[in-house]
Amino acid sequence: MFDFVSFIPRAVMQGIPLLYGSTGETLTEKSGNLNLGIPGIMYVGAISGVIGGFLYESSLSSPDAIRALPAILIPLVCSMVGSLLMGLLYCFLTVTLRANQNVTGLALTTFGVGFGTFFGGSLIKLSGSSMPYLALSASSAIYRRTLPFAESTGWFGQIFLSYGFLAYAAIIVSLVVAYILKHTRMGLHLRAVGESPNTADAAGINVNRYKYVATCVGSMIAGLGGLYYVMDYSSGIWANNAFGDRGWLAIALVIFSIWRPNVGILSSILFGGLYILHMYIPTGMNLAIKEIYKMLPYVVTIIVLVVTSVRNKRENQPPQSLGLPYFREER
Amino acid sequence: MDNALNTPAAVEMRNITKRFGSVVANDSVSLEIRRGEILALLGENGSGKTTLMNMLSGIYFPDAGEILINGQPVVIKSPKDAFGLGIGMIHQHFKLVDVLTAAENIVLGLEGKMDLKEAAKKINSICKAYGFDVDPHQKIYDMSVSQKQTVEIVKVLYRGADILILDEPTAVLTPQETDKLFAVLRSMRDSGKAIVIITHKMHEVEALSDRVAVLRAGKYVGSMLTKDTNAQEMTNMMVGRAVTLNIDRPVPVNPKPRIAVRNLTVRNEEGVVKLENVSFTANSGEILGIAGISGCGQKELLEAIAGLQPTESGSIVYIEDNGQEEELLGKDPLRIQEMGVALSFVPEDRLGMGLVGNMDLTDNMMLRSFRRGHSLFTDRKTPHHVAENVVHDLEVSTPSIATPVRRLSGGNVQKVLVGREITNAPSVLLTAYAVRGLDINSSYTIYDLLNRQKKDGVAVVYVGEDLDVLVELCDRILVLCSGRVSGIVDGRATDKRQLGMMMTRIGGQENG
Repeated sequence: MFDFVSFIPRAVMQGIPLLYGSTGETLTEKSGNLNLGIPGIMYVGAISGVIGGFLYESSLSSPDAIRALPAILIPLVCSMVGSLLMGLLYCFLTVTLRANQNVTGLALTTFGVGFGTFFGGSLIKLSGSSMPYLALSASSAIYRRTLPFAESTGWFGQIFLSYGFLAYAAIIVSLVVAYILKHTRMGLHLRAVGESPNTADAAGINVNRYKYVATCVGSMIAGLGGLYYVMDYSSGIWANNAFGDRGWLAIALVIFSIWRPNVGILSSILFGGLYILHMYIPTGMNLAIKEIYKMLPYVVTIIVLVVTSVRNKRENQPPQSLGLPYFREER
Repeated sequence: MDNALNTPAAVEMRNITKRFGSVVANDSVSLEIRRGEILALLGENGSGKTTLMNMLSGIYFPDAGEILINGQPVVIKSPKDAFGLGIGMIHQHFKLVDVLTAAENIVLGLEGKMDLKEAAKKINSICKAYGFDVDPHQKIYDMSVSQKQTVEIVKVLYRGADILILDEPTAVLTPQETDKLFAVLRSMRDSGKAIVIITHKMHEVEALSDRVAVLRAGKYVGSMLTKDTNAQEMTNMMVGRAVTLNIDRPVPVNPKPRIAVRNLTVRNEEGVVKLENVSFTANSGEILGIAGISGCGQKELLEAIAGLQPTESGSIVYIEDNGQEEELLGKDPLRIQEMGVALSFVPEDRLGMGLVGNMDLTDNMMLRSFRRGHSLFTDRKTPHHVAENVVHDLEVSTPSIATPVRRLSGGNVQKVLVGREITNAPSVLLTAYAVRGLDINSSYTIYDLLNRQKKDGVAVVYVGEDLDVLVELCDRILVLCSGRVSGIVDGRATDKRQLGMMMTRIGGQENG
């Protein structure tokens, strides 16, 4: 029998970084910016948090002296500042200087991964660890504190209550973003900017400001995905390149959720499930089968792409001016 | 009218100058817009009309000069400032977001809490007041062009605009829709609003406006009351020299059948019949006009001849000088082009078919010639000469041959396209909406070109929307009505009224 009670929490934990990434990227894309730097930004978000956490933990006399509030806030703020700077860099290049968005994004990804690896390596050296990883166990324990009654309520607690606060925050953030996009004036204006900046501009909307704010906030949300991955999912252990290709998966997830963060909640958990399905399928000794299961998230994305473009419903298409720079006096 | 002269000007622009790089779009222009008056702003393509109005609507900011609204000097830095001053502009290319509803588009850019229900109520009351028909919850992509335009008008009224600017509002409307729009504009004028309309169509200027102001090459030439002037005088002012407004129509010399279309039926992708049992002959040395309400199968007809449109039944035969017939259906466009059938098709988006916007003039000429030659490399010299000749012969105004075509103004793009097609000495020239959006001078250049082709024995097919022009230019006119041939009439023996009736009813009989 397939063990859902242990599978679902694993799928959710696997899905949360993807959810942060895709919510951030959705918000960004709604402003017409196709930020392919998200994988890099998630890396920077993660390593910035780790740097903050490491500095805090090393300033303590003993691991028991750790206090919850700074242990949470310092990595959180560091992570957000790190990804904010990446977002600002992206905006400065693509919005102000009108550089090509794809090239800029890919460059940021390369940069972000390199940045993470470089500082990750440095920290591992500084910590004097003999292993190729860095452990922030004390901070991570605080990040991983579950809701009360998680233990005592059986399967219910395991499926719904057993996560750290960042997991719940991810769901709240996506619901808030979805609400803003759909029901507020700000969201309407943002959608207009992404669809047709000309129109938005003529309607008196400050196109550049919307692009900057959406992209920077989006980057910060995506960066939290990196932070969640290190502090919660991998129990505070930073190892270079452990984050893997999750950033790209987050971008694929934007398409999968047809640019709706609320849909993204379920689809990211589904993706998380597909991502780890190979561990739950009894394959015996044939490891090659596992590799085929690992392809599932990507195969599903391609199928969704095909289905949405065949159905060709206008609401399910990417923002019309996605990837295009905007300059008012361009003729 | 006399009252309008005594009331203070709604807008006064003084010595406005605007430059784009080294190009001076507006050179010290002064203009007055008055309440209770419809002002027609005239000028050739690229004379700076739209630029001037964009400075009122806050899209551009003037480099020099001042703007007074109701006698008060103001600074219009953004569209928001313009709304605040009661200025609303309806742009030539609609400023609407396709995936949003009418109501969402209308409230776009406004501040405060968003209440779409309240907005829908207000929209409905505006519609009632002016007799519009807008469903606030309909998505823009589901709307026809005239519905979109109505949304644009409601949008500016919703913001309480009392100074309205319309940039070529009738370019895409049918005659009936135009009449309806004009009635609305007149009732707005009578309620004391100031209205500016930019248009190229002289009969619209005469029918609608109270006063005209003329720009030429970015400079203000003058203004006068419409009733004191006429089309000839206005055109002369726009062009800067006397131009003849009569279109030449030489008698066809030795016309011979060139293309024979027999019982052609075409269905579109959705299975709707676009052409039904269409038969006609296009003769060499003759201009065959095709009239019809837009979307009546004109596009499908031309594309079928050019080999771009799958057909259901019928035949299209190319007849050579010696009487030999060759079937065109089933041949690919390349073969058909080699036989001398040139298609200069100008859909609503000029650069969509025919020219590549990002390529320069030479490269666009090469699109027709790159297959020629025997070496590994393409021949760039000949197309370069062709481009130079086209620029010279047709007076294309372009900074250089190496300028991307999309930077040129509409009229010049059109000249480049038609110029390229006729360089290849076609025996059949198919043109659709060849003068759409062109100013009067460029239009006449195009008519001239077509007439020259006709003299050279080319069978010219001219799909047009301006009935006045069709009646003056064409030797024979085929009228389409919902994909069927309503009749073929002699251009010299018909008039607008008859064509109009044939367009709406097969055969044009009142009781048919």
